[in-house]
Amino acid sequence: MSERTNSDNTAGIRAAMGRGPMRPGKIEKAGDPRRALARLASYLRQYKYTLLLVLFFVLAYISLGLLEPYLIGRAIDGYISTKQVDTLWKLALLLLTVYLFDNGFQAASSWVMARISQDALRRLRRDLFEHLQKLSIAYFDRHSAGELMSRLTNDIDAINQAVSQNVVSLVASVLSLVGIVIAMFVLNMYLALSALLVIPIMFWFTNFIARYTRRGFRDLQRELGEINGVMEESISGQRVVKAFRRSESSIERFRAINQRVYKAGVNANTYALMLMPLTNVLGNFFVIVLVGLGGYLALQGLATIGMIATFIAYAQNFIQPLRQLANMYNAIQAALAGAERVFEVIDMPAEIDAASNSPLPVPVKGAVHFADVSFGYNPEQLIIKNMSLEAKAGQTIALVGPTGAGKTTIINLLTRFYEINSGSINIDGRDIRDISKDDLRQKLGIVLQDTFLFADTVMENIRYGRLNATDEECIEAAKLADADHFIQQMPHGYHTKLSERASNLSAGQRQLLSIARAILANPSVLILDEATSSVDTRTEARIQKSLLRLMQGRTSFVIAHRLSTIRDADNIIVIKDGEIVEQGTHQQLLDAKGFFHHLYMSQFKGLAI
Amino acid sequence: MNHIKKLLHFVKPYWRRSLVALTFLISVIAIDLTIPRLIQRIIDQGINGGDIHVVINTTIIMVTISILQTLFALANNLFSIQVGESVARDIREALFLKIQSFSFGNLDHLNTGQLMVRLSSDTTMIQRMTQVSLRIGTRAPLLMLGSLVLMFVTDSRLALMIVPVLVATTIIILFFVSRMGPLFMTVQKKLDRLNTVLQENIAGVRLVKAFVRERYESSRFATVNEDYTDRNIHVMRFMATLSPAMSVFVNIGMVIVIWAGGIQSAKDGVSVGQIVAFLNYLHTTMGPLGIMVMLANVVAAATASAERINEVLETEPEVKDKSTLQTMPEGRAQRIRFEGVDFHYNGTNDGLVLNRVNLDAEPGQTVAILGATGAGKSSIVNLVPRFYDVAEGRVTWNGMDVRDVKQTDLLTHLGIVPQETILFSGTVRDNIRYGKPDACEEEVIAAAQAAQAHDFIMNLPNGYDTRIEERGVNLSGGQKQRIAIARALLLKPSVLILDDATSSVDVETETKIQDAMKTWLQDSTSFVVAQRISTVLHADKIVVVDEGKIVAQGTHGELMKSSAVYQEIYDSQLGGGVKLEAE
Repeated sequence: MSERTNSDNTAGIRAAMGRGPMRPGKIEKAGDPRRALARLASYLRQYKYTLLLVLFFVLAYISLGLLEPYLIGRAIDGYISTKQVDTLWKLALLLLTVYLFDNGFQAASSWVMARISQDALRRLRRDLFEHLQKLSIAYFDRHSAGELMSRLTNDIDAINQAVSQNVVSLVASVLSLVGIVIAMFVLNMYLALSALLVIPIMFWFTNFIARYTRRGFRDLQRELGEINGVMEESISGQRVVKAFRRSESSIERFRAINQRVYKAGVNANTYALMLMPLTNVLGNFFVIVLVGLGGYLALQGLATIGMIATFIAYAQNFIQPLRQLANMYNAIQAALAGAERVFEVIDMPAEIDAASNSPLPVPVKGAVHFADVSFGYNPEQLIIKNMSLEAKAGQTIALVGPTGAGKTTIINLLTRFYEINSGSINIDGRDIRDISKDDLRQKLGIVLQDTFLFADTVMENIRYGRLNATDEECIEAAKLADADHFIQQMPHGYHTKLSERASNLSAGQRQLLSIARAILANPSVLILDEATSSVDTRTEARIQKSLLRLMQGRTSFVIAHRLSTIRDADNIIVIKDGEIVEQGTHQQLLDAKGFFHHLYMSQFKGLAI
Repeated sequence: MNHIKKLLHFVKPYWRRSLVALTFLISVIAIDLTIPRLIQRIIDQGINGGDIHVVINTTIIMVTISILQTLFALANNLFSIQVGESVARDIREALFLKIQSFSFGNLDHLNTGQLMVRLSSDTTMIQRMTQVSLRIGTRAPLLMLGSLVLMFVTDSRLALMIVPVLVATTIIILFFVSRMGPLFMTVQKKLDRLNTVLQENIAGVRLVKAFVRERYESSRFATVNEDYTDRNIHVMRFMATLSPAMSVFVNIGMVIVIWAGGIQSAKDGVSVGQIVAFLNYLHTTMGPLGIMVMLANVVAAATASAERINEVLETEPEVKDKSTLQTMPEGRAQRIRFEGVDFHYNGTNDGLVLNRVNLDAEPGQTVAILGATGAGKSSIVNLVPRFYDVAEGRVTWNGMDVRDVKQTDLLTHLGIVPQETILFSGTVRDNIRYGKPDACEEEVIAAAQAAQAHDFIMNLPNGYDTRIEERGVNLSGGQKQRIAIARALLLKPSVLILDDATSSVDVETETKIQDAMKTWLQDSTSFVVAQRISTVLHADKIVVVDEGKIVAQGTHGELMKSSAVYQEIYDSQLGGGVKLEAE
């Protein structure tokens, strides 16, 4: 369990920090626990008959468990007290057999349940993951990766915890409580009555303590959220803290809150750990009452020593499930709350796809036409307004404009990450809404603004562009992207494993890899969204050559911050506030002395003076 | 284990409280062990002896000591919780102080996520282990041992018969415990893998969708999901075997007590009460078995945590002040020189990052550093305030080696805008006056104006009082950079470093910032790292870096004539159509 927190832990911490002091307590309750439970149970449905078998095992070992103290009582009363031990071996053998079967059934039920419960969890995780694949980009834009990640891992973990602690032991606890009470009544009414006293006291204890514990942990959780925020902030900002000589005040702030965490920790644990001694003393009292009362009754001839021994054993077995129930209560609450949230994700409507779903006819020429397109992430606020633009097959179209003008949005619409509000977008004369998303995206090659690489080898990261590509093809693509040189210099070349978030590569190198990936995909329409923004201009000039090679004969859309990148475009489209304000070639636009000219010249301000 | 030992000195200050906790614990155990003996007395002397007084008296005694036991247990809880939490607090603080002392070189090797794990869950693990070992952790083995002793006291012949059973149980436990650690480790690894796939899928969702890799991702997930499930089933079955295996032996012990005890009792060797006491003691030994297994887990996890904690605590800051230091003279003018500086990052053998760098920045000068990604630009500016130590040569301020003065003295003169913009939670105002918390409103506004940030700040919902959300997600890249610039300018530093600080700011605004800085910091020595040539055009000196070497330096005009590399950069960015315009 040592490595239980890795990268995703930071995500959790970040999520906690973001919400800061308002973070609710740890123990959350499901809104509708019964529905969540039913839904979870549905994952077990296919194991109906196996579950019946498990139930049989459980009933078997609980019955045997009830038999054992009785047999011991019998041994004492029938043989030991009367000193007639000739046939005691028979009883001893019987007891041994009962014990063996008891343990055997216990092991068997756990073995079977391990498979059933873990398989159910596996299917739950699978359903969740597969559904995540179907959700639209809009969903992921609304929820940060850290938030989603911490939610999903924590929720799945909560369910896992409860299930691994064994659903069976919950059922078994209840059944054995009932069984013991019945057995006691059958054996001796008076003694049994005392057991009925213990149950309500126990529940009262548990409830009482649980209330304070919950409150204590809620406080602790809040303080922990805050200290994690403080720590994470000063560690990730350590360079600035140091450069601005704020270590001292940072330490001071930390100390104050660290002390608060200490106090909250002592407080929460004091309540939480109280349950153990209190249930212990209750258990002891129960035994004492039985022995005292039993002794008194025995002297009256209303009980026997064997019976007392039987009752002591029952009493000891009685407290155990009660304590377990108390412990499981919180775990089950958390699991149900987690399950509810997991199902919430699974129930999110999936991305809808076109009705016709006919593939684009090959070969795709790549003529793209935007006709009167309007779009807004929310309908009242249009980001793209009545935009029309045309890219002839094989042309390179550059999209230029200030940040927030809507350049990336145009790409989001072409890839159908988002659906347009009105107008139409055609490729080779076909409305893209009539093409299946999979087919459409397969024809588009995208190099995104934020490069993303997997914690895998360089080779596999390139191969992501086309899964059936050979190693040679991957290397060829890397060469075309001008990435081969630095890859060769890495410790294991193409087989170097990238660390998480590819922190062993510079931003520029990461972009080269994602360009290689796009090259390998060999798309009909190429989209470069600020693909070279983190690469220095000299490297960029080199990549430009390979990009030009890549763009040859393909329709390409290029978004660039640096205006030098797009000099050779067939058509430069200048966008401002969601509208096209100018278009033309580089020279035409400069000659027009309009907005583009202004943007372009601002780079040289003062130079001519 | 060794790693835990190293952390023991964190418990030392609380040894008194630990001792009190343990004393209470022992009292609790003693009472646990007394009760079966008292029950024996009720049976033998009370019931069989027909003496009602013994029954009543003994019951009263049992009730009394049970109440005492509860109080002892609560007291034990209280003290162990205090010790556990104190230890956690102290370790957290020690870690935090250590991390604060780290220099940039140390931080390169540790990422925030890893450090956070050490500060949060690893510390919690140690806290739990401390607390557990002062409570049930010690109670379980002592109780088992005590039961064994008392079984011998009750009847040594019966006890001897049971010894083999107990030995067998112990062997079984040891066997399972030794296997458990690695088993849990593999489960954890599989879980990490599962989480990585999930994390990558979520973070890279655009890529996945753009390349239509949903099905591939699902199959990737299915593989790790099955792996994890299989390991989990394996571990659960392991545990499912362990617990019945342990109880079987204890059960065999019970059968032996009944059978052999019964035969003995017929010969008046043992009493019925003794047999019942024996059964109770056996029951007492069984209870802690599960706890022992749990304890083994806690210790294994704590060992791993302790190792990670020690790793941080034993890391020495790479940059340390010397014991004998010179004091920096007063005055703003700083002449900064690099004399034959070689530099490489520690722990890498990628060779030199900087090679024989000589550089002279005079007071009031702006030195621009230009070059390709990875050429060594940031490394040069990071050496100025001694964020790293040079490998060869020296960096001087007014002739004084940076290693001969206190680093905080250097930093009082420094204003820096790092490459990665880092803002802190709090208001915009708090962030701007971060380096000088007592700065007045006028200073804040003036700095913001110089950084061309004032206008957009006034347009934020609450102006300067707008809270910056988690890492500034409510601001654009260019806005964050301008706040970071204002933060540095507010200090009116005599040495200013801008490390690619305007990359997200448009050229027009950048020019305005440069103009404002000229008047704001006339006498400061400035270093400006840039990718865009437009950023560096007006610098007093432009330094062109290539593969760790300075290949050219001079003004724009000089370099256009003398440096082919500079011309190449210039042409790639500003060449073409514009030359005609400029001429």
